[in-house]
Formats: sequence, structure tokens, C-alpha cells
Amino acid sequence: MSGAPKTVPAYTEYHPRWYRKRVSTYWWMGNWKYLKFILRELSSIAVALSVALVLLEINALCHGPAAYARLQGHLASIPLLVISTIVLVFVIFHTITWFNLAPSAMAVRVGGKRVPGIMIAAPNYAAWIAVSAFIAWFLLRS
Amino acid sequence: MPETVTLEVTRYSPETDAEPSLQSFEVPLRKDWVILDALNHIKDKVDGSLTYRWSCRMGICGSCGMMVNGEPKLTCATFLNAYPKNKPIRVEPLRYFPVVRDLVVEMSDFMAKLKQAMPWLVRKQEKPLSEGEFLQSPDELDKFKQFSMCINCTLCYAACPVYGLDPVFIGPAALALAQRYNLDSRDQGAEERMAVLAHPEGIWGCTFVGECTRVCPKHVDPAGAIQQYKLVAALDWFKSFVMPRGAK
Repeated sequence: MSGAPKTVPAYTEYHPRWYRKRVSTYWWMGNWKYLKFILRELSSIAVALSVALVLLEINALCHGPAAYARLQGHLASIPLLVISTIVLVFVIFHTITWFNLAPSAMAVRVGGKRVPGIMIAAPNYAAWIAVSAFIAWFLLRS
Repeated sequence: MPETVTLEVTRYSPETDAEPSLQSFEVPLRKDWVILDALNHIKDKVDGSLTYRWSCRMGICGSCGMMVNGEPKLTCATFLNAYPKNKPIRVEPLRYFPVVRDLVVEMSDFMAKLKQAMPWLVRKQEKPLSEGEFLQSPDELDKFKQFSMCINCTLCYAACPVYGLDPVFIGPAALALAQRYNLDSRDQGAEERMAVLAHPEGIWGCTFVGECTRVCPKHVDPAGAIQQYKLVAALDWFKSFVMPRGAK
């Protein structure tokens, strides 16, 4: 009957002779769908790095123009530019994959009927584009 | 000379084999044949010892799930001519389950997990028969109908790497069926299920790989059901956090 999940699968306790194949550590390689999942999970690190960068920039701004210019100088170095580009690619990948998954996780019902997935994903994309466009305008307006 | 195709089929006898191996069979390539027809041809005409499960032959019973070229498929709904003619088609037992013999896997682990999800109507108090049936509107039915299409074929388990890596994970079909009953207006067992399933080996074990939904032959969307269940569990936790006395 119901209860807390068992810590050992039922078949292992009673039937040691059945053949069980061990799952390879590299199960996610050789199949794009699984590789995409792993990349999506790894992209969380890129998201964390981009947040850390924003916090560093805010911190530098709080310490005055000289501190901010110093940080900009560091960020303009070749290794950090390469890292920033990789981070940007992964953040975009993270955003797209999660926006595409949002309709599956959100069952919004209006008038008794479920709202189509596109109506969940589209506002996310629209908000993303609007915020990005505003930031681009703000930075490039001069 | 009729066209043929090669089937590479897993053979395993627990009495004699240390591990499974592949055996090749040439079968006629007929445009209306599914993989299951080819297996039946082998069993009838070539090797009667080939062991596999099947029953309805029409995508209802969920018995004939196998890995076809590495993808979990119902073999009664997978046509031979969907694959390149010049390459062998590999038929293996469902991944992540222990193999009993040839293409037959052991499913008692899934059955035990299914029970944990309580996939039946739970009532706090049964109403007397004289009060009649439970009425339900089309909109109420629509809330859970998709999740009720599950045929327990376990293709979603064979597609779920979380289940492969962590066999105590309750898994997609059981969790989708739990959500099916949670969303049913006649059911009152959501709290009881939540106590069992809002658990690291329950809904929180799912990392949203999404393959369960892609391979589901009945379009149940177990991944969606689990994510929606997570949202309910998170809100439930939040309510109990901000309103410890009034959440229930």
C-alpha cells in the first residue's frame, strides 16, 4: 500500500538473477536530446556567472568611475571576452530552452479551456525582446 | 524474391547466458508489417523460443514496448518501413528494467510504484449509492483527460535517465497518474498523495529531461504533469509557511 518510497527497488530485493545493465556515466553522449538536456543543466552555471558579473559591475559603479573603468579594462582582456561570449551563448540557450518548456509546466485555463502553449511561450519571448531592446536603447542612445 | 530486412534481436536466457547478446533474423519486408509482426513471424517460422510480450496489437494494452534502434516504442505501432531498408533494425528489451528473458522485462518495480501514487478515486467519505453517480462537467473532465490516457506501457521509464540512474525514483507514468486523480473533481486524495509524492524520489526527483513526453505513444505528457504537480507542491509549501494554521 501507499507509504514513503522504498530505498531499494522491489526487484533487487528478490531477484538477483535477472540481468540488469549498468547505466554508463556517458549515457548522455551520442543522443542529441540527452546532450541538449545536459547542456541546458550546465547552462545554469553560465546564468550564475552572468549574475555574478552584473553584481561585480554594480559594486564597481558604487565605488566610482575609476573602479568601474578598471573593471571594464579587465573585462576587455581576450580571455574574459572569450569567457563572456561562451557565457552569453549558454545564457541565450538557457533562456530559449526554458521558455520552450514553460507551456508544459504551466497549465493555464481560461473559460474552462487550457490556453495553447504558444500563448504561454510568446509573452515570455515578447518580454525578453522588449527588455533587451530597452537595455540596448539605453546603452546606445548617445 | 520478396524484399527482406534484418532484425537484430536481443536474446538472453538466465539459465545459460551471463549477459544478453544479439541474434540476426531475416524477415519479409511488408509495407503493412509492424515490428511486432516481424517478431511473430520469427516465433512462428524461425525460432519458437523467442520470448516477448504482446497482447492487443492495437496500442491499447501497453504490453509490447521495446527499444527499437535505441528508442522506446510500442512495437505494434512501429512499421518496418519507417526504417532504412539497408540497415538492420535493432530490437532490445526496454531500457533500465531488469531482463527476465530475451525481450521480456521485469515490471514489478513499476507496479509497486504505481500503487504508491494511489491511481484510484480516494474519497474521505463514500456517499451512499442511493445518492447516485458523481456528476462531472466536460470542462472538469478536460482537466485530467490527457493524463488518463496512460496505458502503463512504461516507455516513459525507458526514456527517463533519472529512473535509469536512480531506480528508486517513482517515475513518469506513476506521477502522471497521480496528477490525473488529483485533477479529478470526484477525488479527495490529493493531500494523501502529496505526502507520498512531494519527495526527493517523487516529483522532486524529476529534472525535466522531457523525453518521457516525447516517447509517450498516447500523448500523455508525463513531464508536464510532474512540473504542474511541482507547482502545486511549492504553493502548498508556501501556504503552510505563511499560514501555518490556515493552509489546509
